[in-house]
Amino acid sequence: MDATEIGLWGVPLAMLGGAIRVSTPFIFVSLGEAITERSGRINLGLEGTLVFGAMTAYAVAVITGSPWLGLIAAAFAGLCFGLFHGWICKFPKVNDIAIGIALMLFGSGLAFFFGKPFIQPSAPDLPAIPFGGWSDIPQVQAALNVNVLFLIGAALAVFLWWAFRNTRAGLIVRVVGDSSDAARAMGLNPNTVRLLATGIGGALAGIGGAYLSLYYPGSWTEGISSGQGLMAVALVIFARWNPLGCFAAALLFGGAGALGPALQSVGVTQGYYLFYAAPYVLTLLIMIATSSPSRSLAGAPGELSITK
Amino acid sequence: MTERFMLSRRDLLKTSAAGAALGLASASFPISRAFAAAATVGFIYVGPKDDYGYNQAHAEGAATLKAIEGISVVEEENVPETVDVQKTMESMINLDGASLIFPTSFGYFDPHMLAMCAKFPDVQFRHCGGMWNKDKHPMNAGSYFGYIGMGQYLNGIAAGHATKTKKLGFVAAKPIPQVLLNINSFLLGARSVDPAITCQVIFTGEWSLAVKEAEATNALVDQGADVITCHVDSPKVVVETAAGRGAFICGYHANQSPLAPEKYLTGAEWNWAKVYKMFVDDLVAGKPLPNFTRGGLADGFVKMSPLGPAVSEAAHTQFDGTLAEMMKGGFSVIKGPLKNNKGDVVATEGQAFVETAIELESMDYLVEGVVGSTS
Repeated sequence: MDATEIGLWGVPLAMLGGAIRVSTPFIFVSLGEAITERSGRINLGLEGTLVFGAMTAYAVAVITGSPWLGLIAAAFAGLCFGLFHGWICKFPKVNDIAIGIALMLFGSGLAFFFGKPFIQPSAPDLPAIPFGGWSDIPQVQAALNVNVLFLIGAALAVFLWWAFRNTRAGLIVRVVGDSSDAARAMGLNPNTVRLLATGIGGALAGIGGAYLSLYYPGSWTEGISSGQGLMAVALVIFARWNPLGCFAAALLFGGAGALGPALQSVGVTQGYYLFYAAPYVLTLLIMIATSSPSRSLAGAPGELSITK
Repeated sequence: MTERFMLSRRDLLKTSAAGAALGLASASFPISRAFAAAATVGFIYVGPKDDYGYNQAHAEGAATLKAIEGISVVEEENVPETVDVQKTMESMINLDGASLIFPTSFGYFDPHMLAMCAKFPDVQFRHCGGMWNKDKHPMNAGSYFGYIGMGQYLNGIAAGHATKTKKLGFVAAKPIPQVLLNINSFLLGARSVDPAITCQVIFTGEWSLAVKEAEATNALVDQGADVITCHVDSPKVVVETAAGRGAFICGYHANQSPLAPEKYLTGAEWNWAKVYKMFVDDLVAGKPLPNFTRGGLADGFVKMSPLGPAVSEAAHTQFDGTLAEMMKGGFSVIKGPLKNNKGDVVATEGQAFVETAIELESMDYLVEGVVGSTS
């Protein structure tokens, strides 16, 4: 076996590499959504924010030549989308899910409109850190090329997990999410907290979009997201609103998504449509296994419109 | 209210069309005569029309029609291969008065375009792909396609000379005949250089899935493939990912060499402008449009990207020689003795399928040397 042939080892390696490469947008969107939902609101518009963030990051990177400026612009655009959602939803009798769907379509449409001139040019990529230097196998080196955003996402997941339990801000978000009445009795304004939580959630989704267009797959096309923003919102429920769970679920989805191509590349070529369905089958199985007819979802914020 | 308005507009169109058909009173109705001379042509794309690939190639062809006097072009992009495309066609016919429609994506044909053919017998539909059949389908439908498999054979020659690992990679969307012919042609081109070469194919299952295409490209390079080509709608992601991993690239649909100038060997490109002009010229001249249109390199339906800097002298010579051979016509990529990758004979000794052979349009196998499966 020479250095270029890794045979069946390609499958776990591809899943590892795929988990690292593909999961980052899931991580950021699901962490952002976790903050928003913990405060008692659902923002389904993050798919649109993700696409708009991807377009903004790419466009700014093309114009200025700096991927970091692109990243900041994407986060800012995401913040604006989030604040907009939070602002509309503070009015009485506004349904946050309906607004989310409207913003999803609005964000995608706006991104397609402004993104037209940026499909052709090439933008500079965000840098990656080569952690595979210890190995002489090029495949391992390629799989361990880890983008800084992935590391930031991982650190953010741990930080949020800690912050929800141990910081004043974390507790405020949780109490607002669990009971508006209790929050008001404490002198908190639930609308302000939710506005900020939705804004931060949008900013994180924008960063996820920047990763898509500036690192992997690394170009702006209208089909770049293919529903990843929606899947990430679902991941939050799957992860039971726990930031560490979001991180793990994102890795799982990334790795499972790499399974289909990797198996075909080693010669397991029958039934690839089934392998492509693997992440969804897995989700179904876990949801069925952990659900119960006698109680509501564990860990669900009490103010969330889907659990009320 | 709205419906009423649409009805009256449709009646107006019907009246003017009938007037034109009967050649009624051209002197007394100068307006209706002017109306008959103009024609509206509709184009429907499955993706964005500037995707560095399939849809861009069609849109560039459509753009050349806008220069023709009396022709107006209506376009709609990002139309899914669902009942949505029927609505798009209906609105192009009822509201824009289109008399010729080009639904350019494979999945538009059955049942969507066929349903519209039955509903609007006076409108002509020409579908890109190979599915129209005289015995089964109406005469106001038709299909056009180019023999781009020849281009993939030439890609294969360039790839066969460039590969060191003797393994090629192919990122494919769906296992339909045109895609399978491209995969087979690519490998056979490479095998004309060295019969030991194999080609690994990965199907992504969709025409445009950026992340999955990038994953597929990475998986192929991980398994040692050092020349990558593809048949997806937008090859940009595949080209950039493969070049980033150090693999050579053969392009498809359009010229992608600006994306990776050092690694780009050559590419098989469409030249739809020629095809669309042909149809529209017939339409303007009042001639019946052909139902079955095909052409290859010699007809100008297909062209090759200029060879890149990494192409060797030997590859250059063989490429030019084969291209000259193809331009004469009658070149066969699929010729016996040839087996599929399950071991069954697909062409016996002496049997050869030239590019025009209709059998190639129902291809359902991958030839020996291709690692992959059609289902």
